[in-house]
Amino acid sequence: MSATQVHNPDGKPVFYLKEDHHPENSTMLGFWLYLMSDCLIFAVLFATHGVLGRNYAAGPSPADLFDLNLVAINTAMLLLSSITYGFAMLQMERNAKMETLVWLGITGIFGAAFLGLELYEFYHLILEGAGPTRSAFLSSFFTLVGTHGLHVTFGTIWLITLMVQVKKRGLTPENRRRLMCLSMFWHFLDVIWIGVFSFVYLLGVLG
Amino acid sequence: MSANPTHESAHDAHHAHSDGHGAGHGSFRGYMIGFVLSIILTAIPFWLVMGDVLDSKLFTAVLVMAIGVVQIVVHMVYFLHMNTRSEGGWTMMALIFTLIIVGIALAGSLWVMHHLNANMMPMTHEMMKNMP
Repeated sequence: MSATQVHNPDGKPVFYLKEDHHPENSTMLGFWLYLMSDCLIFAVLFATHGVLGRNYAAGPSPADLFDLNLVAINTAMLLLSSITYGFAMLQMERNAKMETLVWLGITGIFGAAFLGLELYEFYHLILEGAGPTRSAFLSSFFTLVGTHGLHVTFGTIWLITLMVQVKKRGLTPENRRRLMCLSMFWHFLDVIWIGVFSFVYLLGVLG
Repeated sequence: MSANPTHESAHDAHHAHSDGHGAGHGSFRGYMIGFVLSIILTAIPFWLVMGDVLDSKLFTAVLVMAIGVVQIVVHMVYFLHMNTRSEGGWTMMALIFTLIIVGIALAGSLWVMHHLNANMMPMTHEMMKNMP
């Protein structure tokens, strides 16, 4: 490090640090801590679903309700949006503004497709009389999957906002930092979705 | 300072890309490895459940959850670029702390509520009627 050493009259060395600590670094750590606290929210919702997930109140069970083909397509959408966001980050590191915007746009389309399919699924469940008020299982299901969907919704809004920012101001250090934060957020939501499709859908249908 | 030029230039090189430190640097290869692995790790559990491949439901469930955990690790490493060095190890510390809390919350809830359920006094129709 670029610290200067000066000797005091009493012989003890004193160090002066020439530079500030990098504020970007603390942003990333702080954002990571936020994600971890978000992870705890999801853990509690998963635990709730784990406890209530078999209480059907004589209503429909996951095997009656869930269409695994739809869930598979949904999973593919989110997975594809993760890799396209990764490509956007690679273009950002190359300083290619236009390519970054294109990949961010593709990511947004996949995110929107995911949300559309999820809303379609919710709509049909409610239409069939399997809304969140039907049974404890459905209450916990809608809370858990709905919270994840809400996160994806806000992630998409954030993504669009950042695309406008990058378009107007370019890949400035501030925008890079924001894109890094959204990158962590987006990949984190994909990690949560792994838990959702494994624990809620697949184990639910398995019975 | 001038006595140590190599140190200085190494530091400058480090500084030049310090804005990407928290999440680390991905490479095309890293992202593709993660992507291919997660496709495989997604396809296997869907195939296991949709194709009704195994006779034992319990074994299928354990396998689905185990593959899910492996896929989460893959995402953490290849997409979130987790390692023990970023931020001086503090992201890893936060992650380990979170995992412990998540483990306690999940295992504790399921365990306690399962026992409550199992030890609940069976309710007759008459008792149900007189519920407040």
